[in-house]
Amino acid sequence: MAENSGITAETLEQTIRSKLEATYVSVIDNSGGCGQIFEAVIVSPQFEGKTSLAKSRLVNTNLKEEIAQIHAWSNKTYTPAQWEKLKEKEAGEA
Amino acid sequence: MSLFTRSLLRATTRPTFYPTTATTFTKTTGITSLFARYLSDSTRAAIDNAVATSPVVLFMKGTPEFPQCGFSRASIQVLGLQGVDPQKFTAFNVLEDDELRQGIKEYSSWPTIPQLYVNKEFVGGCDILMSMHSSGELSELFEKAGVLAPGDEAEPTTSSSSSSESAEKKDSTKTE
Repeated sequence: MAENSGITAETLEQTIRSKLEATYVSVIDNSGGCGQIFEAVIVSPQFEGKTSLAKSRLVNTNLKEEIAQIHAWSNKTYTPAQWEKLKEKEAGEA
Repeated sequence: MSLFTRSLLRATTRPTFYPTTATTFTKTTGITSLFARYLSDSTRAAIDNAVATSPVVLFMKGTPEFPQCGFSRASIQVLGLQGVDPQKFTAFNVLEDDELRQGIKEYSSWPTIPQLYVNKEFVGGCDILMSMHSSGELSELFEKAGVLAPGDEAEPTTSSSSSSESAEKKDSTKTE
């Protein structure tokens, strides 16, 4: 049994919004309540001009303490422009 | 696909974090995880060696045959789909060595496992592999690194008999 990390999707989302100036954040808790497994989609202008590696590094640095406490952390990062494009594409495919 | 997995397996039964003769990685006993935050020189050296084992190195949970984490499994599958040459690939199971498991995170300043290295350079974790896989960046990277299994991506073989006197082999496949 995984112990409770004390971290919730809400607290993560708040941290992401404030530290990364994210314009869109979605954090999903896949842990079934123990607060160990999270999946995030983050859109932020801070990602502009960065590679995926650099974007994720930026996220990881800002969430260092939180990530250290949880078991699984997955994140997809987009600039606002990339996000718009993705949404258009999805709309087109639907 | 299954062929790849099988040959990949063979490649990865070879190395564990202790390539039998290696004396580089001495285990410091009784190190408490709280204070193990900074990489010792010996750990760093051992990881340096590990990263240099093959052109493509994956630090994962479990083995390619039995990944013990969905992210590691997905990463192995992507490497298979990409056609990475098993001869040029090594996987390290971090679950076998706690010092490696912690050390690799410091080494790359990356908080999670799996971690992929190509030619000793950190590429990313599972999310990054996935996005690079679908964007085409990953195949570009692997191609440039020359780590794909031969035969898959048909190298333009000269159809004329080998009497062609010019031995120049300019890589015409690279179109940037």
